[in-house]
Amino acid sequence: MSGSIGRPVSRVDGPAKVTGAARYAAEFAPVDVLHVALVGSTVPKGRIAALDTRAAQKAAGVRAVITHLNAPRLPYRPFDERPEVDPSVGEPLRVFQGPEVRFSGQPIAAVVADTLAQARHAAALVGVTYAAQAATTTFEGGRRRAPKAGGGETRRGAAVQALGNAAVTVDAVYVHPREHHNAMEPHATVALWEGERLTLWDKTQWVNNDAVEIAHVFGLPDDHVRVICPYVGGAFGSGLRTWPHVTIAALAARLVGRPVRVELTRRELYTSVGFRPHTEQRVALGARRDGRLTALIHEATAQTSAYEEHTEETLSPARVTYACPNVLTRYRLVEMDVNTPTHMRAPGVATGLFALECAMDELAVALDMDPLELRLANYAERNEEDDLPWSSKELRACYRMGAERFGWSRRAPAPRSMRAGAWLVGYGMATALYPAYRSEASASATVFADGTASVRSAASDMGPGTYTAMTQVAADVLELPLDRVRFELGDTALPKAPVHGGSITMASVGTAVQAACEAVRAKLGAANGRSYAEALREHGVDRMEATAHVEPGDESKRFSSWAFGALFAEVRVDVDLGIVRVPRIVGAYDVGRVVNPTTARSQCLGGMVGGLGMALLEQADWDPRFGRVMNANFAEYLVPVNADIGELQVLFAPGDDRRFNPLGAKGLAEIGLCGVAPAIANAVYHATGRRLRTLPITLEAVLV
Amino acid sequence: MELPRPRRDIELTLRVNGAERPLTLDARTTLLDALRDHLHLTGTKKGCELGQCGACTVLRDGRRIKACLTLAAMQAGAEIVTIEGLAADGALHPVQAAFVEHDGLQCGYCTPGQIMSAVALLREGRTGSDDEIREFMSGNLCRCGAYTNIVAAIRQAADRAA
Repeated sequence: MSGSIGRPVSRVDGPAKVTGAARYAAEFAPVDVLHVALVGSTVPKGRIAALDTRAAQKAAGVRAVITHLNAPRLPYRPFDERPEVDPSVGEPLRVFQGPEVRFSGQPIAAVVADTLAQARHAAALVGVTYAAQAATTTFEGGRRRAPKAGGGETRRGAAVQALGNAAVTVDAVYVHPREHHNAMEPHATVALWEGERLTLWDKTQWVNNDAVEIAHVFGLPDDHVRVICPYVGGAFGSGLRTWPHVTIAALAARLVGRPVRVELTRRELYTSVGFRPHTEQRVALGARRDGRLTALIHEATAQTSAYEEHTEETLSPARVTYACPNVLTRYRLVEMDVNTPTHMRAPGVATGLFALECAMDELAVALDMDPLELRLANYAERNEEDDLPWSSKELRACYRMGAERFGWSRRAPAPRSMRAGAWLVGYGMATALYPAYRSEASASATVFADGTASVRSAASDMGPGTYTAMTQVAADVLELPLDRVRFELGDTALPKAPVHGGSITMASVGTAVQAACEAVRAKLGAANGRSYAEALREHGVDRMEATAHVEPGDESKRFSSWAFGALFAEVRVDVDLGIVRVPRIVGAYDVGRVVNPTTARSQCLGGMVGGLGMALLEQADWDPRFGRVMNANFAEYLVPVNADIGELQVLFAPGDDRRFNPLGAKGLAEIGLCGVAPAIANAVYHATGRRLRTLPITLEAVLV
Repeated sequence: MELPRPRRDIELTLRVNGAERPLTLDARTTLLDALRDHLHLTGTKKGCELGQCGACTVLRDGRRIKACLTLAAMQAGAEIVTIEGLAADGALHPVQAAFVEHDGLQCGYCTPGQIMSAVALLREGRTGSDDEIREFMSGNLCRCGAYTNIVAAIRQAADRAA
């Protein structure tokens, strides 16, 4: 081991990114590439009664106008086993296969032209007449239509009874709005057919699944589709699934016999790649006077589309975060005529924790107890839901380190009791956790006579630093300097990798890279201090390659693996104007072994920024008349800007979870977003004495 | 209804990163699309096409502008500098190097725009304090949330330039 793991190494792809050399999906331009503009439906439900494409077809530069009237019927071959990133109930939207309109913004026509300007101009000339139908465009309306079982119900003990008998109770409803990923890079697909073989340069978090899904849509053998995606300009979940625009790109390229590019506009992203669903949650807690929980009821009702059931892990924190003998969770879905929601960073867990951790803060108030003391009083020594020991848990250390760095002991307990000039000051905290998953993965490692190595896996890097971390792991095992190792990803021609989501990449691809590098060393007999050049010479070859496929063992049956964190936030509230500022956030995390402290810190900083947005800024403004997002742009859908961000501090508790995987890393990305919004919301309560249970906490909500 | 057809193609010469680049373009082509699709300078990023995100920031005659909000036809004769024009002889510009050193990036998509803005910021003399940097960098969104490190990178570049 050369000791590359654990070092604060600069991002290996940094130079490519700061010089503009890194190429993202839309930037791959095959010769003669044509441009596509989409026409979206303007009604949320109904049928296309008539289409007039004559003007569009006559417009300059137009090669094709594709609608359900002229598009070929695509096979949409059924899956033996549905991709894990697709909802398990329902059918994905099929583009241009019929006149049905299922949501506002659904693509109903595509114009292919020589230039983007020509395509867009012609798209504006497409005339559509709808036979609109009554649509369900409000959450309340959907709820009246009998909610679906969704994720169902779990019970431990008798929570309802225990709540009735509890000495102290809190019971409240928490709401968060529809939120959008809004990664900086718009989704884009470039499609090129060569005979019956298709190459897609596509923005995706999972090239392997992207290829398989498109192969199913077009009825091709899986290996006839190659997907390439070396860089992902952020995704946060929007690139997990293969969305309809990918099919449109492949379909258009086939029809015109030329490569095409589909690049979604910022507005189109609001109806094309999913969103975090509007969810309403009830949390009821019962406790003894000493703070020990005796009952926990957590119910979530979330929106989904009329054609797919998207469910989230909103209620898993309720089941595992605290020790409690009586727990009831119940998940319901409300169907609306909208596009299907999808996973967005820390899906379900971040929002479930918002409700749970605000409720814990309310309980602390009801008990007249310090919020941190309340958490410690209910510390879960094992996963009570699955009745398993933790593979590792350093949450106590996180609480202690975070509280110390933040200065939690300086908190005056009473609301509105701390001030800084004209500003009310509030301190709030919350627990964070996220399940650590691991999936099967493959990688290959090749060493060359010049002392360099090439390591490959079809993984993704949407920003966490996969390139860098995998290079470190490989350099460590191969005992090579970092700059002698090159890691390649994002291509279905490479060994298969799992989805780049759920923070599983380090634990899954990392262990595959580790195994492939160990395998190539074993193959060479390179352990005896000989150089690779010498070993290769002895074997009479100029290179040696090994491939490894690794799978999780039975560790998940013996242990429960989660990443943990403790978040502390200070807010300042201007009483006259309702402005909420966040001068500082401290987060202390247990993520197992930290492969790269620099990029790990960046992940957590980014999570804090995202969490601040969730707490104070982000929401899709919804127009129920048209079933449409009104603020589908970066000026009106507010995301944090540089001036919104104060001092952010990230601490890591020492950890090395070899029970979870041989690398000891639990994964981090999702955990960064967890706990931030409730810490801020609880700080707003502490500052103002007002409990605001609906996100975002806007200044008008503070002022009322 | 027959709509008036826009005049199709125009000829112009852009001056980009010190080189004369003659082009024949659809008159409606933005500077951003001219850079990305016609000159294949894809370092300038397309994030919103509405001037709201800053990913397409370039320098025009030394000042930062958003390339999506201007037509290429309006920039003939101007001196345009993109991210590809910053590094001299393979050596990173001090701001580029500082972004790598401080990890002022994650996915990298907003990064060229951030760096072009930062280069202009140094010239504008808006680096007096971290708060001033934050304020005058707030036209460049970063959804990964690398702001803390972006400020640190700019602070270092400003201190070294002083």
